[in-house]
Formats: sequence, structure tokens, C-alpha cells
Amino acid sequence: MHIADMTAVSLAAAIREGKTTAVEAAEAMLARIAEKDKELNCYVTVDKEGALRKAAEVQEKIEKGELTGPLAGVPVAIKDNLCTEGLLTTCASRILHNFVPTYTAEAVRNLQKAGAVILGKTNMDEFAMGSTTETSAYGVTRNPHNTEHVPGGSSGGSAAAVAAGECFYALGSDTGGSIRQPASYCGVVGMKPTYGTVSRYGLIAYGSSLDQIGPLTKDVRDCATVLEVIASHDDKDSTSLVREDTDFTKALVEDVKGMRIGIPNDYLGEGLDAEVKDAILQAAKVLEAQGAVVERFDLSLVEYAIPAYYTIAAAEASSNLERFDGIKYGYRTEEYAGLHNMYKKSRSEGFGEEVKRRIMLGSFVLSSGYYDAYYLKALRVKALIKKAFDEAFAKYDMILGPVAPTTAPRLGESLADPIKMYLGDIYTIAINLAGLPGISVPCGQDSKGLPIGMQLIGDCFQEKKLIRAAYTYEQYEKK
Amino acid sequence: MANIISDETIEYVGILAKLELSEEEKEQAKKDMGRMLDYIDKLGELDTTGVEPMSHVFPVQNVFREDVVTNGDTREQLLSNAPQEKDGMFMVPRTF
Repeated sequence: MHIADMTAVSLAAAIREGKTTAVEAAEAMLARIAEKDKELNCYVTVDKEGALRKAAEVQEKIEKGELTGPLAGVPVAIKDNLCTEGLLTTCASRILHNFVPTYTAEAVRNLQKAGAVILGKTNMDEFAMGSTTETSAYGVTRNPHNTEHVPGGSSGGSAAAVAAGECFYALGSDTGGSIRQPASYCGVVGMKPTYGTVSRYGLIAYGSSLDQIGPLTKDVRDCATVLEVIASHDDKDSTSLVREDTDFTKALVEDVKGMRIGIPNDYLGEGLDAEVKDAILQAAKVLEAQGAVVERFDLSLVEYAIPAYYTIAAAEASSNLERFDGIKYGYRTEEYAGLHNMYKKSRSEGFGEEVKRRIMLGSFVLSSGYYDAYYLKALRVKALIKKAFDEAFAKYDMILGPVAPTTAPRLGESLADPIKMYLGDIYTIAINLAGLPGISVPCGQDSKGLPIGMQLIGDCFQEKKLIRAAYTYEQYEKK
Repeated sequence: MANIISDETIEYVGILAKLELSEEEKEQAKKDMGRMLDYIDKLGELDTTGVEPMSHVFPVQNVFREDVVTNGDTREQLLSNAPQEKDGMFMVPRTF
């Protein structure tokens, strides 16, 4: 087996056993990146020197027995909206083209403490606003399964890098599906944990009440292992939760006997591609054959999630992105007349189209006279959506459905019609509104050879159930 | 399109958003925002009387911590990100 084909956990084991080294692993990844990334463009920044230096350091600590964790020595890719001290962090935006953070995001620090070797920063939709990685200011990322297609987004660079073997695992962020959807399009595992499980400190904010960091990995074991390392309570994030049950690898058990799984009828209706539907139902049958109890039910309110989401996310984005003003960091326009003109010109030249569209919408729904009718209304609908999920989880251990209505679209097909693009988020978005955990697991390919992902959605704090079911499914498919 | 966005509204939102749009961008923004609002108006179908707006899913409130400095002096690194700096301070255009 080529080293690049190993999972993160098996690589770490091989390093511990002296069969390979962290340095060899980093070198193999850098070689893979040099070979493939010109075409795929998964990375905005590759930190070759930093990675090799860190790999040597980590290798020494492993040999001395100072680092013994399940990810020690394994090279990782980090989405470019997570701050990394001393390493360019652009959010795939022109406005942060030269921003070098002075601190590291807590989730990344947790990985570093566990002996991770950072290879670089991955491409994404600008400020995580998009579903295709085409709104990046640094060029599109291509899907490794078919380079004429998008990798999904917004964590498209992370998903594509894992799929192409340009890293062993990656971190992404998920505001409305931005981990799960690209994972589905690229045929890898991606998980968004319960809101508050992973600290958002150092994650450049888009929609703060919805954003969560999570892993993109080659299999379910890696996913549980990475999540276990990055989950932590953090005083620096006031929405961070205290959880005692973050030993997620304990849930890597092949057993779904008696598990109650609900499939929302609303998730199988109009707009869902027939091949995707067949693959999802086939996966459900596998779980049923393993002893799960699978039923159909009506979730309700599904069509209200997207308008509620875009109202709330745009509102929060307009507020969060006020900080980019051309003074403390980032891009400043060349010519201007006075302070306010400098703000306006720097922002207008620094932000891309989709970002400006959302800032405008967000500013409008928060403006005096419209705040109640739009923003507060959306927050009330969010409460109703949460209630609909509460009712579902009174009956079921988890919800099963597709991640996205189709497989990866062709490059250039999505951006022309924003609303159509937003509709592609229909199965992922409500989960963020309700703060729930969700995982995307590969479950086949369509006739064009593009991957299909199954989504499992759990009640708050029920990641372990999702991991157990996903692991059981994955082990069955391997046999 | 049910929501017609006027020139005045786009001007006003541009001020709030601190964005300067070209004439072409303004026309596009009027169309985009109108379409989005038409779509968002769907929420009006739901009766939300008596439903409290939910800003966060978990009732975590008043999270305090001691105000202790944990990072070192990073002034130089911070200033090195600034487009313009002078004498250890951020430089801004004249404000009056």
C-alpha cells in the first residue's frame, strides 16, 4: 500500500511501530501535492518548510515517548478560515490576501498538541459563502473524481485534498452544510458536531450561531478520532459547551440492533436525483438488515429552513464582516477621499460578489423597520424547526437522508442563479439551525462515477449514535 | 416580483453595509435582493404568534471569565498586518 493511501489512524500506528516516520509521511504528502495540486487547487497555501520542520520535531517526541496519541505525526490540511499563527490565512478572500494571524484557532491547537503536522491551508468559498468553492478569490478547486465537476463547498479544498490523498485528514467548518456536502461530493466522511462541541475561537466568523468546526476524513474511525481530539471546552468561546462524553472512538462498534431510524418523506420528494435516492434507500436497507428499525415519517417545515437560514446567516455575516475595514489588517484601496470613502472602497474592492450580496441582504433584514418582519421572524421559525426535530427525536434515534439533492454539478453551472444554488442546501441547512450533529458517509456512485453521500442526523449530543451507525454501515460495505 | 427594491433603499443599505456599488452592481443588487425577499416572504405563511425568537439553541447565558492576560505582547506582529502604521499605532486617513 502506498503511504498516501493509508488512513490517519493507521499511519499514526505505523509511525509508532517504526515502520515509517512523520517526516516520510510529510514528504509523501508534499510530493503528492506537487504532483496533483496544480490541477486540483485544493490548497491556497502549502507550508512546505513548516511541515517538514514540524514533522522532524514530532518524530523526535514520538521516539522519546512524549507523544503517544492516535494522530501523532499525521499530516493534516486546515481550511483557510481557521487562524494559524504565522501562516497566511485568507478566507479565500482578496480582503485578507496578506493576513498573517498572531494566534492559532483552538481546534488547530488541540491537533498540534496531539502531534499534528500542518501541511497548509485549503481553498474554500470566500468567507465560507457558497456551495461549490467557486467563489474563492484564488481560483476554483476541482473534484478529484472528475475534474470538470466542483468539489462542493464551502470546505471544498479540504474535501478534495482528503479524496486526492493530498493530506490524511482535514478540518473544515459547517454553517449550512459546508463540511457534509463537499464530503458527499468527494466521497469522504465529514461530520458537523453539535453546536458548541468544538471551540470556534480562531474561526473567522460567518454565521456565529450556526458555525461549527469538524473533521473531513477517509473513514469513520478517523472521523471519530479527530473529533475526539478537537472537541474541548474553551473559555475563549462563550458558546462552548462542557461535555463529558467526547470519547467518540468508544462508539466505533458494529451494532445497530434496535436502533430506530427515521427517513423523512420530505427528504425524498421533488428535486431529489433518482440515483441519489436509490443509493440512500439501499444504504438504509443495509442498516435495516443489520438490525435497525427503519421507518418513513413526515418531518414538516422542511421548505422553511432555507429562507430562515439565509435571513439569519446573512444578518450575522453583515455584522461579523464589519471588522474588515482596511485599517487593522488586510486589503486597503489605493486611492480614497477620507475615512468613510476608504472603508467603502476597500470593502467593495476586497469582497467578492456573493459576499457582498449576503452583506447587503443582512444589512437590510437588520435595518430599522425590517428587523421584526425578517430577522425576528426567521428566529421564530428557527424555534419551530427545532421543535419539529425534537418531536422526531422523541420517536427516532436518528434521521437518515441524502446530503444533497444531486451529485457534484459541473464547474460553472451553479453561480448563475443564487437561489437555485441555495436550494441545494435543503437537506443540510436545518441541522445548523437546530444545532444538531450530522455526518456524511459515502454510499456509492452515480452512473457518471461521482460519489453519493448518506447523511445521518442525530439529536443534540448524540454523535456517538451517528458514529456507531456510520461505522456499522462502512464495515458492512467493506466486506 | 413582489418586492421592488427602490434606488433609495439600495443607497441606504449600501451605507449600512459600507459598500460602494457601481451602477451596474446596484441594478443587480436590486434584482437579487428583491428575489431573495420574495423567497424569504415564504416564512409569512407560518403562524409564529407566541413563539419566542430563538437566537441560540442552548440556553447558555452570561458566560464570564476572569480578565487575565494569557498571550504575550504581540504588538509588532499585529501592526505588521496593518496597511499603514506609524510609531506603533494604526494609521487611518484624516477623519475631519
